[in-house]
Amino acid sequence: MIYDIAVVGAGVVGGMIARELSAYKLNLCILDKAHDVATGASSANSAIVHAGFDAKEGSLKALLNVRGSELMAKTCLELGVKYKNNGSLVIGFTDEDRETVEQLYRRGVANGVKGLRVLDAEELHALEPNVSKNATCALHAPTGSIVCPYELTIASVGNAMDNGAELLLDFAVAEIEDGKDAFTVKAADGRTVKARYIINAAGLYADAIAAMVGDTSFTVHARRGEYVLLDKESGNLVKNTIFRTPSKMGKGILVSPTVDGNLITGPTSVDIGEKTNKATTPEGLAHVMRETRENVDGVMYNQTITSFCGLRAVGSTGDFIINMPRERFVNVAGIESPGLSSAPAIAEYVIGLLKESGMTLEKDPSFDPIRAPMHAFREGSLEEKNEIIKKDPAYGRIICRCETVTEGEILAAIRQNPKPRDLDGVKRRTRAQMGRCQGGFCSPYIVELLAQEMQVPYESVTKFGGDSYINVGKTKGVD
Amino acid sequence: MKQIDLVIVGGGPAGMSAAVAAYDSGVKSILILERDAHLGGILQQCIHNGFGLHRFGEELTGPEYAWRYEQQVLERNIPYLLNTMVLDISPEKVVTATNSEEGVFQIQAKAVILAMGCRERSKGALNIAGTRPSGIFSAGTAQKYVNLKGYMPGKNVVILGSGDIGLIMARRMTLEGAKVHAVCELMPYSGGLARNIEQCLNDFGIPLRLSHTVVEIHGKERLEGVTIAKVDENRRPIPETREYIPCDTLLLSVGLIPENELSKTAGVQLDRVTSGAVVDQDRQTAVEGIFACGNVLHVHDLVDYVSEEAEIAGKSAVAYIQGLTAERTDIPLTTDGKIRYTVPQRITQKKDVTVFFRVADVYRNVTIRVSDGDRVIYSKKKLKVAPGEMESITLRPDQFADAKALSFALEVK
Amino acid sequence: MVRELTCIVCPKGCQLRVELEDGAVKSVTGHTCPRGLQYANDECIHPMRTVTSTVRATDGRVVPVKTDRTIPKETMFACMKLINATVIELPVSVGQILLPDLLGTGANLVATANME
Repeated sequence: MIYDIAVVGAGVVGGMIARELSAYKLNLCILDKAHDVATGASSANSAIVHAGFDAKEGSLKALLNVRGSELMAKTCLELGVKYKNNGSLVIGFTDEDRETVEQLYRRGVANGVKGLRVLDAEELHALEPNVSKNATCALHAPTGSIVCPYELTIASVGNAMDNGAELLLDFAVAEIEDGKDAFTVKAADGRTVKARYIINAAGLYADAIAAMVGDTSFTVHARRGEYVLLDKESGNLVKNTIFRTPSKMGKGILVSPTVDGNLITGPTSVDIGEKTNKATTPEGLAHVMRETRENVDGVMYNQTITSFCGLRAVGSTGDFIINMPRERFVNVAGIESPGLSSAPAIAEYVIGLLKESGMTLEKDPSFDPIRAPMHAFREGSLEEKNEIIKKDPAYGRIICRCETVTEGEILAAIRQNPKPRDLDGVKRRTRAQMGRCQGGFCSPYIVELLAQEMQVPYESVTKFGGDSYINVGKTKGVD
Repeated sequence: MKQIDLVIVGGGPAGMSAAVAAYDSGVKSILILERDAHLGGILQQCIHNGFGLHRFGEELTGPEYAWRYEQQVLERNIPYLLNTMVLDISPEKVVTATNSEEGVFQIQAKAVILAMGCRERSKGALNIAGTRPSGIFSAGTAQKYVNLKGYMPGKNVVILGSGDIGLIMARRMTLEGAKVHAVCELMPYSGGLARNIEQCLNDFGIPLRLSHTVVEIHGKERLEGVTIAKVDENRRPIPETREYIPCDTLLLSVGLIPENELSKTAGVQLDRVTSGAVVDQDRQTAVEGIFACGNVLHVHDLVDYVSEEAEIAGKSAVAYIQGLTAERTDIPLTTDGKIRYTVPQRITQKKDVTVFFRVADVYRNVTIRVSDGDRVIYSKKKLKVAPGEMESITLRPDQFADAKALSFALEVK
Repeated sequence: MVRELTCIVCPKGCQLRVELEDGAVKSVTGHTCPRGLQYANDECIHPMRTVTSTVRATDGRVVPVKTDRTIPKETMFACMKLINATVIELPVSVGQILLPDLLGTGANLVATANME
């Protein structure tokens, strides 16, 4: 079979594009080299929907950020993804910072960001009492929001699959052969897929994918960002997402509540030569804590529940690289910040490019934009919960104590597109293992549920595919 | 709404002991709510011996100790619900819970005993630098895999932290054929019992590296090794002492934290040092009619002491339900830092009170001194005290009757 | 010769000092109970240990077990080999003998939990 379109990369960008495409009469496939969707930058970022005052006027970043931010609420509603319009603040301490704040204000207005206001110290501290007393001014963007990035990715890929798209995982694209009217995409393990069009949303590796069809017009490098995530006890320290005025060194460390009620602090910003180093460093974590304490009072790092490092895909042009370097091939590359914010708009933009290039796209009347929300049970009323438990007793059994996740929810997640196949996959979908004990109590049970649902031996369940096994085998027999 | 005199949250050693004591003291309307599929709590996975010497005068394994109490619960027909998770406790003592049979349900209790136990400190809280491969477990999680599920988490093991669970797992993994390369302990002394260092490490030639910690984790998919380093007197790693140990498994035994999320919903005031409730000698919290005992109150060394404490809570809950009140007073207990905390934290009745406490460091030739202002009301000499061993003293009412506050101090020669 | 030992019979972990002459125990100090004295003697002449482990049941689950008395320390791994090779039928109850007289030590392997 020849697919109409193959989307390379199941991150938030590839996912949103696939979902948008699944609204048309197309045979679609989504390819990703990992064991699950949302394993790259889409699972480790600041989880922010930027208002859109950062990017330079007239840039693709500015255009798509503002549009993406407008689309996000509706997208999340349709996909059943947690989203919160909490507002954002860029705080300044010095006269120079004040100028930056005003410059950002003007840029934001030019970009079409609504509701921007410059606050003085008094207004700022009335709004956010825990922001450092030394802060003297701030830019308030009421449209700034927060979202769960991996949930958005999972839901968009899932919705695309529910509307007919196929997902091929562990599919590391190694070669693309150009036939007369279709590409043959070869994976490292020998599998092949034929597709008329290719959408290159391969994140850090988008340059390598482009090069496979002869486009070497850009490169992508990795920018490391380390984060420290705090317990829900700290989640109410600030309401808005707090940024520091940007400097030459970048946007600096932000402090923000997450949609799940935790507090996220980070990221560092270090460009590296290779693309796999996701190790956290003592210096990086110390940097995050130090700068956070400068900006917000009362952050208690003894409430840390985890730290992690994300790799952002930074393109060589300074702007998003969305183009068609040759026919039937679309680059969606260099989608660094504000990539998450822009994702719904990027999908829209790519459809536009395809149409412009002469591709005929016919709406599929059976397309359903709604995906069963992942958190319906936990957000339900007492009566609703009891109705569900009566029908399915598994919803009465709590597996993850820290986040109160039931067996019913975990089984539902395991059975819903895109199906998780490892512990991290279940974690990203259900929050089980994401609380303060970090899976200490529940992971042995989740391994059991995965083994049972996938009909594989207990010891073959992994943390995230590959060689990330949990157990080496049964006791009594290990030599 | 269902009405029950005494609801006990947790069916581990504390919950069962409290239930039995309450029953024997005259309250028969009791319900134990247990989140697991069996009574006994974490004891079920502690299959090693060393439990029960104080209580039963013999050495039992964890499951055997649990069985002794389970039998007492069964003999008395004390009702309990398994696979039942308490979701909320209100200050008015309405307990909201869920299970498969009844769904989400509520009970109005006259008194509540908190007996939820504790959890292990996780890797996240340690902020160790490096990658995030599989193969890193808290010692208790590994214990569950090995002892309850029958699976081996790995073959080449490094253990960080010399808490008792870590030491016990060093032996357990070794007996199951794994190689334990080292146990690293940040402090210059072990937090575990001396007997466990002897029989779990020394018996098998496993090195205990005091003043050492894991500074970096290596491996992309499965753990491939750890870098350890010696730490200076401020517990900061010394770069020149970095040492790479190849291993596929890192077990963490770095402390236990009382699980007080529910206590917070009930408005119970917590002690910053113990992470458990602030209680009086009856183990009553600041919320009238809500009691706490066992590892949810403060982390104990021995289950025998958990049972003992739970009996106090059980009996006191009955006295509360029956409206029996003795002569009231209110004397706060304070500590000097060398003594980190006391349980109870206040005395509200004039009767014999046993005060449990832990010290901050290893001290030798000390005098434990309790004073009311300048007046020393109690003092006792000890050759050695250590953070890993809970101490206790008993005060008589004639010693503290007129006291405004009691300060606990350690005088070190 | 003097040997310093940590007593393992109870959680107190007394530090024992054993004076030995020609392989025989001459004196013991540091113990606080008769069991500690016994331990010091055993440990210097013939160290003994309790072994706790699990055995596999026919349904694949594991049952916790222990030796019902101490066994010579040097036989621990040989006993583990035997324990590991054992597969038992359920149900079992606490105290039920699963393997009698392990390797001639006189200790039985008994179940420490009930399992259906």
